[in-house]
Amino acid sequence: MERKVVITGMGIWSCLGKTLEEVRDSLYTGKSGIIFSQERKDAGFRSALCTNVERPDLKPFLARNLRQFLPEEAQYAYIATRDALENAGLDQDYLNTHEVGILYGNDSTAESTMHALDKFREFKDTAACGSGAIFQSMNSTITMNLACLFKLRGINLTASGACASSSHAIGLAYLLIRDGLQDCIICGGAQEANMYSVASFDGLQAFSVRENEPEKASRPFDRDRDGLIPGGGGATVILESYESAVKRGAPILGEVVSWGFSGNGDHISTPNVAGPARSLELCLKNGGIDIRQIGYINAHATSTRAGDGREAQAIAQIFGDYKVPVTSTKSQTGHEMWMAGASELIYSMLMMKNNFIAGNLNFENPDDETACINIVPETREAHFDMFLSNSFGFGGTNSTLIVKNIASK
Amino acid sequence: MTRDEIIKQVNGVLAEEFEVEENTLSPEANVKETLSLDSLSLVDLVAIIQQTYKIKIPVTDLRSIQTFNDLYNYIESHLAQ
Repeated sequence: MERKVVITGMGIWSCLGKTLEEVRDSLYTGKSGIIFSQERKDAGFRSALCTNVERPDLKPFLARNLRQFLPEEAQYAYIATRDALENAGLDQDYLNTHEVGILYGNDSTAESTMHALDKFREFKDTAACGSGAIFQSMNSTITMNLACLFKLRGINLTASGACASSSHAIGLAYLLIRDGLQDCIICGGAQEANMYSVASFDGLQAFSVRENEPEKASRPFDRDRDGLIPGGGGATVILESYESAVKRGAPILGEVVSWGFSGNGDHISTPNVAGPARSLELCLKNGGIDIRQIGYINAHATSTRAGDGREAQAIAQIFGDYKVPVTSTKSQTGHEMWMAGASELIYSMLMMKNNFIAGNLNFENPDDETACINIVPETREAHFDMFLSNSFGFGGTNSTLIVKNIASK
Repeated sequence: MTRDEIIKQVNGVLAEEFEVEENTLSPEANVKETLSLDSLSLVDLVAIIQQTYKIKIPVTDLRSIQTFNDLYNYIESHLAQ
């Protein structure tokens, strides 16, 4: 028998805030997290736009020998997870006595790998890399660290699916809980925000060069979009079986009702319409959801010419005459990449729980491809009880999640 | 570099790296215990001495370094070479 999978906790560390309340307010007021970085310009970036993500101080929580294993992205993941566990009412005693898993999205550890190998090459000695280097430079660094720090004894796995990584992680966790293999899984995604992690990406000329107007640079679906802005941080959601949540009197915030996914089988970086459309279609079909039940779509749209246009076409193809409200929160956050699936689920949850849709910043004019969908340009009060969140990535990997509201007690 | 200068610098670097109070690093104190070093973080001690003094401490020599005095002696003798 399939079990109901609910969300019982959320935690986030992003350019929009370090608590759920701060992020909610930033979404509502249309705050932009995007800045110009002189450091990147001086270093030779074509686009020096990025987001303003503060590094958390973990000294109060973790001894030096434990922090030594945590690269930037794992620091974000740790602080977001602490908050999510607290939000879910899960303390260390519970984690010690129950089988709780972790399934997190991550797809790079560039800076830590670079630093370790720089030391190795400088001193021609492998010991010069330091004790943390191996644990910091593996792609599973977040799950390996957090599983040890929180003493987790359930599934321990990193999902790497490019910019859909954490959406896939949530989808997989949903399946494991639905099918009775796990009762509770810490899910999420984190993204290193340092310049080394995206230097080669900048080299592809994929980033916006609207450097004189950082807050206007991320403009998903707008006619004058000219590229994405790389972001970062960490976002954690606690997924749990409904029975488990009720048994321990946990806050039930929402229900993950379906996951859909697909591969484009096409170009490594150029998206198409058919792949995303199949992800949307499969997600709706798997959950037995009628399109008119969806009150809001959080689009993947990153502010690139090709990506936004194809996604708009895919949404229009599946939703037809039903003009569901669509926005891309990347207009505020830039592209949070490995973190985006999880952070955007949280952004959408905050909107759903607080009865608003955050406006798609800088959407002034559609173009021929994006005119087919209903993009909400300014924040508006809105009640909806179900949303759909898209995440797509390099290699043509697509993931779609649908979440239903559950009224707070 | 005089021995006093070595002691001052070593204590400063280790206190910062391993986040301990500098006044706990007395000459007779045990290095591993004072700095809370386990088998992994011992690698960091080797790395920081190497980065600061360009001296590589082989594992066989590391075993003989028990107290901070042993460490100062090791650095002083190898700097002189």
